[in-house]
Formats: sequence, structure tokens, C-alpha cells
Amino acid sequence: MNETILEVKNLHVSFKTYAGISHAVRGVDFDLKKGETLAIVGESGCGKTVTSKAIMGLLPKQNTMIDKKNGAQILFHGEDLLGYSEKKMTEIRGSKISMIFQDPMTSLNPTMKIGDQIAESILIHNKVSKEQAHKEALEMLELVKIPNAPQRMKQYPFEFSGGMRQRAMIAMALACKPEILIADEPTTALDVTIQAQIMDLIGSLQKELNMAVILVTHDLGVVASVADKIQVMYAGKIVERGNVDEIFYRSTHPYTRALLNSVPKIHTNNKETLYSLKGTPPDLIHPPEGCSFAPRCEYGMKICRLKYPRETVFSDSQTCACWLHHPKADTKGLPETMIRGGR
Amino acid sequence: MEERKVLIEVKDLKKYFNVGRHKMLKAVDGVNFKIYQGETLGLVGESGCGKTTCGKTVMGLYEATGGQVIFDGVDIHSLNKKEKKEFTKRAQIIFQDPYSSLNPRMTVGDIIGEGIDIHKLYTGKERQEKIYELLELVGLNKEHALRFPHEFSGGQRQRIGIARALAIEPEFIVCDEPISALDVSIQAQVVNLLIELQKKRNLTYLFIAHDLSMVKHISDRVGVMYLGNMVEFAESDELYDHPLHPYTKALMSAIPIPDPDEEKRKKRIPIEGEIPSPVNPKPGCRFAARCRFATEKCKQATPELEEITQGHFVACHRVRELQDK
Repeated sequence: MNETILEVKNLHVSFKTYAGISHAVRGVDFDLKKGETLAIVGESGCGKTVTSKAIMGLLPKQNTMIDKKNGAQILFHGEDLLGYSEKKMTEIRGSKISMIFQDPMTSLNPTMKIGDQIAESILIHNKVSKEQAHKEALEMLELVKIPNAPQRMKQYPFEFSGGMRQRAMIAMALACKPEILIADEPTTALDVTIQAQIMDLIGSLQKELNMAVILVTHDLGVVASVADKIQVMYAGKIVERGNVDEIFYRSTHPYTRALLNSVPKIHTNNKETLYSLKGTPPDLIHPPEGCSFAPRCEYGMKICRLKYPRETVFSDSQTCACWLHHPKADTKGLPETMIRGGR
Repeated sequence: MEERKVLIEVKDLKKYFNVGRHKMLKAVDGVNFKIYQGETLGLVGESGCGKTTCGKTVMGLYEATGGQVIFDGVDIHSLNKKEKKEFTKRAQIIFQDPYSSLNPRMTVGDIIGEGIDIHKLYTGKERQEKIYELLELVGLNKEHALRFPHEFSGGQRQRIGIARALAIEPEFIVCDEPISALDVSIQAQVVNLLIELQKKRNLTYLFIAHDLSMVKHISDRVGVMYLGNMVEFAESDELYDHPLHPYTKALMSAIPIPDPDEEKRKKRIPIEGEIPSPVNPKPGCRFAARCRFATEKCKQATPELEEITQGHFVACHRVRELQDK
């Protein structure tokens, strides 16, 4: 049950742009166990989508550089996906690891019937007849609770509503019963009631198929109800990781705190000013020397701008990269729950 | 309670779009509300419920199919060209998408100054000073005036949009999803700015959004829309603490809360299916097809908004019997 199926080690991804080299992901490590839900949280441009696309091997070849010198590895059942040929990657993609995207309209083929699109992925990965593939496609559509599935099979994406397109995409992603589902902002384009339906659906399918899910999102509310563990990314690095309770109630990084505080609490009736983070995320073409959050951090110290902090380990699941947890740091004025002895 | 001045009164507002073949898309179908001077009225609902159309019709950007929008005693849909210009000096709108709502070929200074020029408020040096003042007011710098929109991030562009709306010193601003395109930390910046400006200048807002927790934070009163109709209307705390309409209840329960324990405790009221098409809607309560409590009556007669408790209006035939459930 608790077997590790995916390990990402020291992943560095940069892009060549006209302005220079943009360091989108700067050393990311994590692992994923069977049946587990990992949430990657952060603002736009923090590298969460790039990380997930790197796992899928979907980054554009021409201008992407994955730095292998530092020992970057993406191990899937112990085998390094970064060393795979495109042909071998195609075999994995969609059958062992699947991905669903934020915008279902642009990721479905507008000129193909929904049924054919789902059957296509089955045909590519399995030796089955066309009839069999269509039968399985129909079962998938029913599994994701699309009403009137036999008719819907023959329709095109534009005839579907946003929520239904997202369901169709989930059906396609799960058609080959993958071991890992990467959901990149699966509900951002949807309304709350539909969002709730889709998250329930992903949850129940996950149990049924014992899949691992990587949920990439900026919405902390969605994360609270589904994630097992969370990692918070900022400017291409993981600044804090922990299980749900640790991140929501005992977070130790000022950025995690800022993210949590800038969302208004719906169950309290205070109209105080919202906590707002000053400034904007750093330019990744010239990433700052030390901690990249330092210029926006209210507890920033001298050392923060000079050197990137080491990870402090708080428990088996929680780590945090922040100088405030250094024994010599001045912890006056910090929230009590934030300062705890590391190991 | 002291008598407050009603700045805007919307009476039975209707906006239909002809989509051909004798089909009518009823985007807004008989909506009533009042906005008092200096308050923020929130308008929430799912996509396609008509909230944006409602905002644009209130601004006079759409011709109303029926009903009235009375701004300070005058119906804005009966104004002639000259009077309309007068009206746009007092009312402004901030759009959802900060990328498509700024002219890419104009400098930020000219974008902000355009309204000043049209209404001939200031010229020459005074105009320049005013633009700098506005830029600083929304947290940007003087130097930004000579730059073009593409040089700014989403949050900064939204600030430019706000500065443009404020340039002619309006009394009333329609904020049409001003924060949905922004990151969480930037959302807080923009919302704080809007609240601060409201206090400083006694502004009145119509705040349209689908982010229910943000609407609650900023609004004094909130209206919930569903398929062109207003289904519930109340003070914002009252609405969130005691939602009465079955749709509002389901909507509230679907909001994800960034608190794991709360998430576990909370019971979600599922609603099946999706929002139906607003083209040639069936008579009766618009929500009836998805409502757990719908009866024959709901499918035949459209319920009117009625006041259940002080200031809390609900449009539901069964609200009284369901109140305790």
C-alpha cells in the first residue's frame, strides 16, 4: 500500500527566453506514495505547473533545459523518466501517468467526437478492437457521471458545458487506469458547485483505482478537504512541506502564513483589513541571491538576502526553509505557533 | 437607523438578447434592488446567472429590455447623449480582465487621462499632476505614466483600471469581478485598496464576483442571482449565517474553506446537474429543476422576493415551511 511510486530529485528546469534564461524550477525534491494525494500550492509563476509538466515530459523541447548535472532525476518505480526516449515516454504518458489541465476547452480536440477522443487513448495503449475501445470509453463516461452518455459519445466538445468537458477530460485521463493522476488546477475555471462535484468525483475515483494524485492549485480551500500532504512553492523552490494539519495550523514559513492569511475567513464576521503581501514575486531570470521571499517578508533579516536557508526538519512530514528557525535568529514578535524546535 | 440616500434604484430590470430563430436569452429577468450612498452591494452567482449583464445594464453599457435604472432620481436609460456624458462622469466601471480592458497602444498616463480630457476637468500641468496623484493613490509610481500596459503584471494592470475609473472622481463604481484574474496575495492588495478608497471618498460600489468569501468581506449587503433572477437578498453577515433559499444554502456549502477541520465538519448540500440554459427559460421558479424541495407550484409560478425577516428577502414558495430544516 505505502509503496513509493514517484520520486523527484533535485529537479532544475530553466527556459531560454529572449530576455535571458529563466530559472523556473530551482531544485525540487519530493516523493509520492501509492494512493496518496499531494498538493502543490503557490502563486502563478512559482513553478508548480512546470514541475508537473516535467514529470509528464510535456515541456517544449526547443527551449527547455533540465539540468541533469546536479543529479536531477524523476524516478517512476525506480526508473528515471528523464532518460526515457520520446517513444518510451509516450507509452507511459496517458497509461501510467495521466494529466488533466486547467482549461478543458483548449485541451480537448475540437474537431473530434468526445467518444472517439476517449477511445483513442485506449487504442494507443492497449491491443483492443475499436468496438471494445468504444465500449470502454462509454463506461468511462458513465463512471464520471455524464448523463445520457451514449448520445454524448457522439458529440463534440463545444456541445459540452465547462463542467462536463472537465468530466470528459477526467474520463480520458483515467481510461487506462493510470497509477498517477496529475491534476493541474482542475477546477479553477469552474463554479463552486461544479468544483465540488468534480473534486468529489476525483476523490471517489482515486479510492476505486488506488491512484496517487498530484493536485496543483492556488486555492487553499480545495486543498484543505482533499490533500494528504502539501508542499508550498515560491519562486521555483519548495519553501515548506507538511501534512494538512501542519500546514494549516502549525505552518512555520512566513510565506505559507501570508497565503493563509490573505484569504478572508467566511465564518468570522470581522471586516478588518485583509492581510496583504506587499510587492510581487521575483524575476526568475535574475533570481535573488538568498531567500527569494526575503524582499516581501515582514520578518526578513540580513542573512536572508545573502544566503538561501537550509531546510529545518520539524517532523517526519514537515520541513521548512527559513532562517527564522536557525538557533541564532531573533524570534521576538513572531507568532508563537511558528517557532518550534526543529530536529 | 438613519435615513440613507438611495443612490441607485433598479426596478424590474430586464435584459434579453435575441439569439435568432425566435429564441430569447433572458440574461436578466426582472431584478430589483437599491444601493445606498456609500455602501457596497455584492452580487454573487455562478457563471451565466446574469450578474455581469446586470452590472453592465446598470452602467448603461447595454440597453435595457425593460425596467428602469434610477440614478439619483433620473432613469439612465432615458438620457440623451449630453446627459449620458454627465452620467458617465458620476459612474464608472472596473472590468474583470485587466489584459483586454486597457488599450495596448496607449501609455498608462493617457489611459488614466482619457476621462479627464473627455470631461475637460484639467489641462496641462494640472492634468499631469492629477495623473501622478492617481498613480500614487493606487500604489504605483510617477514613472509608470510613460509605460505601456504590457509592461505591467496582472495586479498592477488592475490598479491602472482602478486609477482610470477614479480619475474623474465618480460617486459610483461597478466592480465587475475585479479580482478573479489575480493571485490570492494580489487579490488582498486590490480589495484593501478598494475598501480604503471607499472610506476616503465615500464611494458607492456594486461589487460583482463569484468568489463568495471575498464578496462577504467587502459587501454591506449581498444579492444572490440564479439564471437572471434575484433569489435572495440580505445584509452580508445575515446571508452567510442564515441562508434561506435552497440554492443559496447549496452554494454556501460548496465554498471550500481553507481549514481542514472545518472542511471535515461541514456538511455539503449537493446540487445535481448544472445551471440550465437561459434561452427561453421555463415558467416557474428557475431553480425548481435542481431543487430538492420543488413542488408542482414551484414549476408553475415564479416566486416573488418577499421579506422574511428585517431586510432579508427570499424568492421561494416554500421558504417558510423550510426555514427550520
